[in-house]
Amino acid sequence: MRHDLFFDVAHLLAGGLVLMSFLMLYQDRLYALINVFAGHAIVLTLSVAWQAYVQDAPHLYVTAFIALGFKAIIIPIALHRIVERLGIHREIETVLNIGLTMLGGIGLVALSVVVMLRVAPGGDPLAREDLAFALSVVLLGLLMMVSRRNAVSQVIGFMSLENGLILAATGAKGMPLVVEISVAFSVLIAFIVIGIFLFRIRERFDTVDIQALDSFRGEIE
Amino acid sequence: MSFAWFNPIVAILAIPAGAAILLTLLPGYRLTSRLNVLASFLTFVSALALFVTERHSSQFFLIDDVNIGFVTLTTFVAFTTSVFSASYIGHELETGRLTPTYLRFYHAMYQALMFAMNLALVANNIGLMWVAIEMATLTTVLMVGIYRTPAALEAAWKYFILGSVGIALALFGTILVYVAARATVGEGLDAMQWTTLVAHASSFDSALLNVAFVFLLLGYGTKVGLAPLHAWLPDAHAEGPTPISAVLSGLLLNVALYALLRFKLMLATNTGAIATGSLMVAMGLLSLIFASFMLYRRRDIKRLFAYSSIEHMGIITFAFGMGGPLANFAALLHMTMHSLTKSAIFFGIGHVAQIKGTQKIADIRGLTETHPILGWGLLLGVVAIAGLPPLGIFMSEFLVVTSTFAREPALAVLLVFGILLALGALFLRANGVAFGEPCGSRAPSGASYTPMYAHLALVAMAGIYLPPPIVAWFQHVARLLG
Repeated sequence: MRHDLFFDVAHLLAGGLVLMSFLMLYQDRLYALINVFAGHAIVLTLSVAWQAYVQDAPHLYVTAFIALGFKAIIIPIALHRIVERLGIHREIETVLNIGLTMLGGIGLVALSVVVMLRVAPGGDPLAREDLAFALSVVLLGLLMMVSRRNAVSQVIGFMSLENGLILAATGAKGMPLVVEISVAFSVLIAFIVIGIFLFRIRERFDTVDIQALDSFRGEIE
Repeated sequence: MSFAWFNPIVAILAIPAGAAILLTLLPGYRLTSRLNVLASFLTFVSALALFVTERHSSQFFLIDDVNIGFVTLTTFVAFTTSVFSASYIGHELETGRLTPTYLRFYHAMYQALMFAMNLALVANNIGLMWVAIEMATLTTVLMVGIYRTPAALEAAWKYFILGSVGIALALFGTILVYVAARATVGEGLDAMQWTTLVAHASSFDSALLNVAFVFLLLGYGTKVGLAPLHAWLPDAHAEGPTPISAVLSGLLLNVALYALLRFKLMLATNTGAIATGSLMVAMGLLSLIFASFMLYRRRDIKRLFAYSSIEHMGIITFAFGMGGPLANFAALLHMTMHSLTKSAIFFGIGHVAQIKGTQKIADIRGLTETHPILGWGLLLGVVAIAGLPPLGIFMSEFLVVTSTFAREPALAVLLVFGILLALGALFLRANGVAFGEPCGSRAPSGASYTPMYAHLALVAMAGIYLPPPIVAWFQHVARLLG
């Protein structure tokens, strides 16, 4: 009985994360996108904390705490500031239209479910289905990165992709702490790097639109 | 003779790490550039000491016959590049492209990169290896963007985004390997320890390993610069400081390939797993032919040789994918020769670009007339990289081609086509650069050509006579790689 509850809640939270990824896909305003990303991070926190409880692995609470403090609070606030300072709170330019992006997203989720459920039929169902959800989140993050031109939304796409990786890492029972902390740490570094870049891009071009950067390609003939 | 107090594994990690911290703190160009050379030299000597120490595997570190060669090559090229870097950076300071603050940062990042690469090579834990490669990526991103010109920032941004996506996919693959191992090995660190993984891989779930390898191939393949995941590579090479182009091409691509090889070895012991070799063969050939065509349209000299790196990584990946003692031998030799030659070429180009003040091929002409030492050296490098006899790359390419003809003639035809195509493009460009009507600055360069000629001498020597102990060593490692 208890096992079923563990299973269902873990599923609910992992499924919630996929749903939040879809919500991010069709946000066309930066503030809204940042808020949904904060929600994404909160669902991740709950999911990791639930895994910590189920697996009786207290070190996972640290990962959950990092997800909450860093990704759900600090980064959204910082991004709000950046967007405000750069004055880019109007619409996001999407490369593909929203409908096609959503269809693509559905296709990616179907793909990851098919791939992950086919492999390891004898394995632990929780781990297996967790991996299917995690792969969906990773692929949706990738889709978001390629379908947006704006640097801020690309960064958010990248971070949602990292959330998927953390979901996979915590779902894999007993995975050593080394990796989790390093994941969180690398996100921190990655963000600092991106932050520096954003400011430099702003400084040099007065735009954070990557398309503007494309014109500087060295290969002018 | 007792070396009990001296542990080379600790040394090759602690020297760069310590130097990185020291170089952040110390001011002054003369002092820090010499310290950078000294630290790189000491790391190289420690790497040589690995040969005489016992083979060793612990929870986190592994020294076996395979990675000693990689570590030695990495630390050697890192040492010669630091010598080149000292004279290159001095010029950059004079012209004001780099400020003293950025210089400090540059040297610290250089040593941090060395630390990350050595860590990736000696790691016995697939998680630790991933962390090290991620760290190497971040340090190079920062160095590519160091000039802060629009083009440099774009290159760094592109490299960062593509590199991160690659590294993220590699992490997913790593997690899948852990999940596959957990069922047999049990939970915890053991299931990420490479030696344990290889010992038990035959009983892992094959389907899960297959999916894992696809992610690892895409992830680490991005870092190797295999087509179609190569988009970051030419920009990063062209816009960063030239010593970094040399280190990227000569070393970092090898480290990523080394990670792939480790996983290939692991899958080879599992009978139900896919033939990882054929995937690598396909990607290698695609990279080779694609890059060879792209070589014809290059107008920027550093971009030209960046595409040539994609081409050669394609050949190496192809040969490792073919597998077997002979092809592996050829791949190892080719990797060594390519690292030495390509970094020598970048040393030459670095000085050329500084003298002429441009990287445009059209504006660099008649070098053998204006700067004979530099011009002939660069030409020799191009002859070597194009694979003409009697230099080292000719020998390794010849081995790759003949061993492929014996097994898969159809693939060998494609291989030869790609190599000849690249040769044509390189000579088309090199002709003007070396013998065209001289133009641009004729100012003599005060630079030291020792690193460039040292590399070229090694490559020439290897082409004519490879000492038997080295041949035996390569053969031994090639057999280990299966």
